[in-house]
Amino acid sequence: MDGGIPVATDTLVRFAGVQKTYDGEHLVVRNLDLDIRRGEFLTLLGPSGSGKTTTLMMLAGFEVPTEGEIILDGRPIKDMPPHRRGIGMVFQNYALFPHMTVEENLAFPLSVRKLPKAEIRERVAAALAMIKLEPLARRRPGQLSGGQQQRVALARALVFNPQLVLMDEPLGALDKRLREHMQLEIKHIHESTGITVVYVTHDQGEALTMSDRIAVFNDGVIQQIDRPDELYERPVNSFVANFIGENNVLSGTVEAAGEGLCTVRLDAGGAVTALPVAVNGRGARTALSVRPERVRLYREGETPAEPNALPATVLDTIYLGDHSLAVLEAAGNPEFMVKLPPGVRLDLRHGQPVTVAFRPEDCRALDPIRQP
Amino acid sequence: MTAIADAGEVPLALRLRRAERMRRMKALALVVPLLLFLLFTFLVPIAGMLWRSVDDWEVAQVLPRTVAALGAWDGRDLPGEDAYAALAADLRQAYAERTVAVAAKRLNYAVNGFRTLLMSTARAIRDVPEPGAARATLAAIDPAWERRETWAAIHGARGPVTDFYLLAALDLRRDADGAVIGAPADQSIYRSVFARTFGIGLGVTALCLLLGFPVAYLLATLPARTSNLLMIFVLLPFWTSLLVRTCAWIVLLQSQGLVNDALRWTGAIDDPLRLIYNRTGVFIAMTHVLLPFMILPLYSVMKAIPPAYMRAAASLGAPPAVAFVRVYLPQTVPGVGAGCLLVFILAIGYYITPALVGGAGDQMISYFIAFYTTETVNWGLASALGAVLLAATLLLAVVYGRLVHGPSTTGGLKT
Repeated sequence: MDGGIPVATDTLVRFAGVQKTYDGEHLVVRNLDLDIRRGEFLTLLGPSGSGKTTTLMMLAGFEVPTEGEIILDGRPIKDMPPHRRGIGMVFQNYALFPHMTVEENLAFPLSVRKLPKAEIRERVAAALAMIKLEPLARRRPGQLSGGQQQRVALARALVFNPQLVLMDEPLGALDKRLREHMQLEIKHIHESTGITVVYVTHDQGEALTMSDRIAVFNDGVIQQIDRPDELYERPVNSFVANFIGENNVLSGTVEAAGEGLCTVRLDAGGAVTALPVAVNGRGARTALSVRPERVRLYREGETPAEPNALPATVLDTIYLGDHSLAVLEAAGNPEFMVKLPPGVRLDLRHGQPVTVAFRPEDCRALDPIRQP
Repeated sequence: MTAIADAGEVPLALRLRRAERMRRMKALALVVPLLLFLLFTFLVPIAGMLWRSVDDWEVAQVLPRTVAALGAWDGRDLPGEDAYAALAADLRQAYAERTVAVAAKRLNYAVNGFRTLLMSTARAIRDVPEPGAARATLAAIDPAWERRETWAAIHGARGPVTDFYLLAALDLRRDADGAVIGAPADQSIYRSVFARTFGIGLGVTALCLLLGFPVAYLLATLPARTSNLLMIFVLLPFWTSLLVRTCAWIVLLQSQGLVNDALRWTGAIDDPLRLIYNRTGVFIAMTHVLLPFMILPLYSVMKAIPPAYMRAAASLGAPPAVAFVRVYLPQTVPGVGAGCLLVFILAIGYYITPALVGGAGDQMISYFIAFYTTETVNWGLASALGAVLLAATLLLAVVYGRLVHGPSTTGGLKT
């Protein structure tokens, strides 16, 4: 993500203390404070029901905040109807008008703005060229493939030059290969137009690939908002650590804290040194987070180089092409995963005793995981 | 591709056909009961009706010799002596067999007064006329036998098929020379009845669309629980019989009825409005009865339009009214078409409702079909009127199919 951070950091959209409830009992979005910078690609990431889509819909104007204010380009827009906000939007199932051709779909936002005919033609042609669909201009959406419809929806949201485009899981209906292709295409369009994009998805891979910043939603609250690498390497709580990427969890209690590190007594026995991130000092419950690629595996007789070492038992090995995973039982966690670099021979037997080891700075002491 | 069909084995294409045949037989077996039911309750009666509208058997059966003798007649002058002799023989035999009335009734449709002519002639011919004196004998009984039109009527009704009833249903007839001419003004009623029928049908369709569209929109956009409750009210009329509902309108709309009493009580009017036994009553009652047939297809089409389209239109800058007209309305066209077609076709076939709540000038074509079927037993004309109605309906269905399903390229992007 080097150089991916926009230079202009002035704020385009500000959510100030926004709350939203549908039923008057449960808050779908609670106390949302969020600044969206001009020109950035911000992804709202979270499980379903986390409030990310509601946040997007409030920004688009299809839902009204129960509390708080949304400021777009310096103006409060709480009472502004969606059609006057000038925000482009790409919908989950594209919402291309089925009774209009591709051309007519693209011309729609321009003709409702009563632009001159010649200019409409010009801009539609430019939009078609951008998505490379000129030969299909006279087709109707139903005659296009999923990827082509997606591109038309994208072009339609951009053709009237909005300063902000919202995308609501736009790639959800495409197959994996096409999705990856479209991710790059959207990213490319973002970079070449400098438009501000707010993107909603529940696919973390998509979020990591495309975003300048990611806001991780859960329970109507932003858990962490940061650059993709920061989010992955330095999650601030257990939810983010578990939601983004693979994560090994070890639960325990803080025994001693000091010098930037702390000692954690594991529930299953043994102690490890960890980086305190979200713990309240001595005696606090904690969930340790260790990424599978930060763990090294030692066979019987080998001496670990890392300070933290725990005995483990091999349960399974999974071959994944570019790497392999060893699934172990370690410190009471029956799904402790270790990523093995390519070339490592998989001669691990089921039940074989091994040792797992990791550095204290790769082991983050986060808040204890709530028991459901 | 590997060659699957080896030598000595059954060819692949044949095996495919066999496998498919089993499937087709099974599918056919499932629909056979309904097909038979439709055949005997629907297709056969309709075919019978269509046949009756052109069937012309009476004269050929009762006066066979006359019809044969007129076979070579050119119709320009009076027929020859042999035709008179044949008629005299036929009438004598028919009188003895008491079948004259059958032919007399048929010929009376063509020429007013023919019934009296034929019956009195049959009664008057006691003996076989002298050879060569048949014409003089008949002319003595009634001078009408010296007129070309009389013989042309018999010749025109010789069967076995005729366009007489179908022409009559369109206020047309053939003159003595066989040319198609318009019926005299005092006998021309069916064209105006058809016009009235289609006029009432169009009016009722327009009223149903006007009243049904907003209701269907509301039903399609409300949350499921509320819309299900409202849907019960839409379907409520289906739970009572047509007759009961129509009679209820009589109670409500008559001069001493609830509506007039209420209006007078509020002081809105002094004299009762004439709401029933006229066109107003027909429109009110028929619109009420047919409204669900408009709402249901509209609702099903509107329900399938995802709200995302309107949101997309708004996000693209269209104010609600523009979004409605340019995005929502075009997508309801199939529902509007289906609802209008359904209501119109049902409306032009209506009988009970206009008969009960309409005046003499509000009767639709079905009333006349029923009249000729049960009152005068002129099944030929009843069938012909029915055939014209059926043809008009089929024509409409074809036009609708062209209009709505012609550009069927909206695609499956409805989910």
